[in-house]
Amino acid sequence: MMLEVSNLNVYYDNIHAIKDLSIEVEEGRIVCLIGANGAGKTTTLQSISGLLPVRSGEVSFKDQSIIKKKAHLITQMGIAQVPEGRRVFTNLTVLDNLRLGSFAIKDSNQNKEKEIKRIYDRFPILKERSAQRAGTLSGGEQQMLAIGRALMSRPKLLLLDEPSMGLSPIYVETIFEVIQDLIDEGVTILLVEQNANIALSISDYAYVLETGRIVKSGTAEELMNDTDVKVAYLGA
Amino acid sequence: MNFLLQLLNGLQIGSIYALVALGYTMVYGIALLINFAHGEIIMLGAYTTVFTIQLLLAQTDLPYFVAIIPTIVICTLIGIIIERLAYKPLRNSPRISNLITAIGVSLLLQNTMMKIFGAQARSVPSIFHAKPLDFFGAKISVTTVVTIAVTAVLTILLQLFIKKTKYGKAMTATSEDYGAAELVGISVDRTLTMTFAIGSALAGVASLLYVSAYPQAEPMMGSMLGIKAFTAAVVGGIGLIPGAVLGGLILGIVEALTRAFISSKLSDAIVFGLLILVLLIKPSGLLGEDRKEKV
Repeated sequence: MMLEVSNLNVYYDNIHAIKDLSIEVEEGRIVCLIGANGAGKTTTLQSISGLLPVRSGEVSFKDQSIIKKKAHLITQMGIAQVPEGRRVFTNLTVLDNLRLGSFAIKDSNQNKEKEIKRIYDRFPILKERSAQRAGTLSGGEQQMLAIGRALMSRPKLLLLDEPSMGLSPIYVETIFEVIQDLIDEGVTILLVEQNANIALSISDYAYVLETGRIVKSGTAEELMNDTDVKVAYLGA
Repeated sequence: MNFLLQLLNGLQIGSIYALVALGYTMVYGIALLINFAHGEIIMLGAYTTVFTIQLLLAQTDLPYFVAIIPTIVICTLIGIIIERLAYKPLRNSPRISNLITAIGVSLLLQNTMMKIFGAQARSVPSIFHAKPLDFFGAKISVTTVVTIAVTAVLTILLQLFIKKTKYGKAMTATSEDYGAAELVGISVDRTLTMTFAIGSALAGVASLLYVSAYPQAEPMMGSMLGIKAFTAAVVGGIGLIPGAVLGGLILGIVEALTRAFISSKLSDAIVFGLLILVLLIKPSGLLGEDRKEKV
């Protein structure tokens, strides 16, 4: 199993934010986590990537426990996260942001430069903006940069946190086209989205999160046809 | 002629303020912490210089400035130890706890040194003893030239390190967003250690240059020097490397000129009055902008 989370419990001081959460992501699949604002989607991803301390439970990546590991070590193991709100380094150039994406990866500079070229092929606008400070980019461009930066570490598992948030429809389309390309290339993805329509349309499997608890799960198709899900998340 | 001489004196002490201010500003840029113990690192550096010269170098034919090596090593180690023991455990505490801890570390170091070596000042043998140089008719000491040159070179090297190298860029990234830095594989712990190490190494250089100009070491010497350098960092724009250097030089020149031409008693009042004035007009410091380029 690429990623296995079992009985995860996360607290913010006394607030029980994630309750006995268990999810699985198989290699080569795209799994999504949908839910309303404040349901605990971002908290779940940050617990996996090591940014938040976990109270109890287990997270394993390729059958290796990563629960107490620091975030930068988890990144080195092959999990990259595209954080909510993009969080690009605004004072550094686009190119420097990408270079930092492979900060901890032991690889030749040639290979890293090749990876940058691949990312520029995926997002030609980033190549044009290469020497610009990331803070000068539009929201959509920053989202592309955040994805590009995460891809620089050539992750085995990609955690995507609300990639559509705050973007115009054109950018949402571009971003999800790239996500589809990544799926076709065999990257394993755990996607968190408020936009359930678009998330279910590209996912293999999905979990529904409500107030820190998984309330439903199934193949994307099953959930798309589920009456409760339709009413609550798909606006039907 | 006297004016030129005083200007050079100002540049000399200003260079020392600048080196110390760099340490304050780098640590603030990354950790948002005012490291009040930074002045005490200078004091410990000064003692290291004195003892190295008296106990080792005086028995050999080596020039006294070789003391820079143990001074830098000791200052760097102490900076790292302070960060690990005092600040790291408080990483997620409110900022006021860090501030109080910093003051505590500063007092601890002052009083420990006073207990061990006594409160009286120790004199430092002259470190650079070449003949004064002739500069447009003014006689300037080698110490002045060395101080200004060393500061200029170190500032340029530091700026190149931060702007051009992978680890320098990692520092900039960390200063912006700890979480995002961790997510790209940067160890925030290691980056902070590196920041303290660099700041303390610069303090080591500053301490040798300081005792070359004012040949005394005593337990309280770091406190006024530290406050002035911190003032310099704030005047220039805290968190900004060029700001720390500019602030340091301005402070040094203002101090030297008031001391020479207005009143030596009033010079500190005028220097700190300047701080208040600058902050009233430009609260973010001379080079500070809304778009902050930290570190």
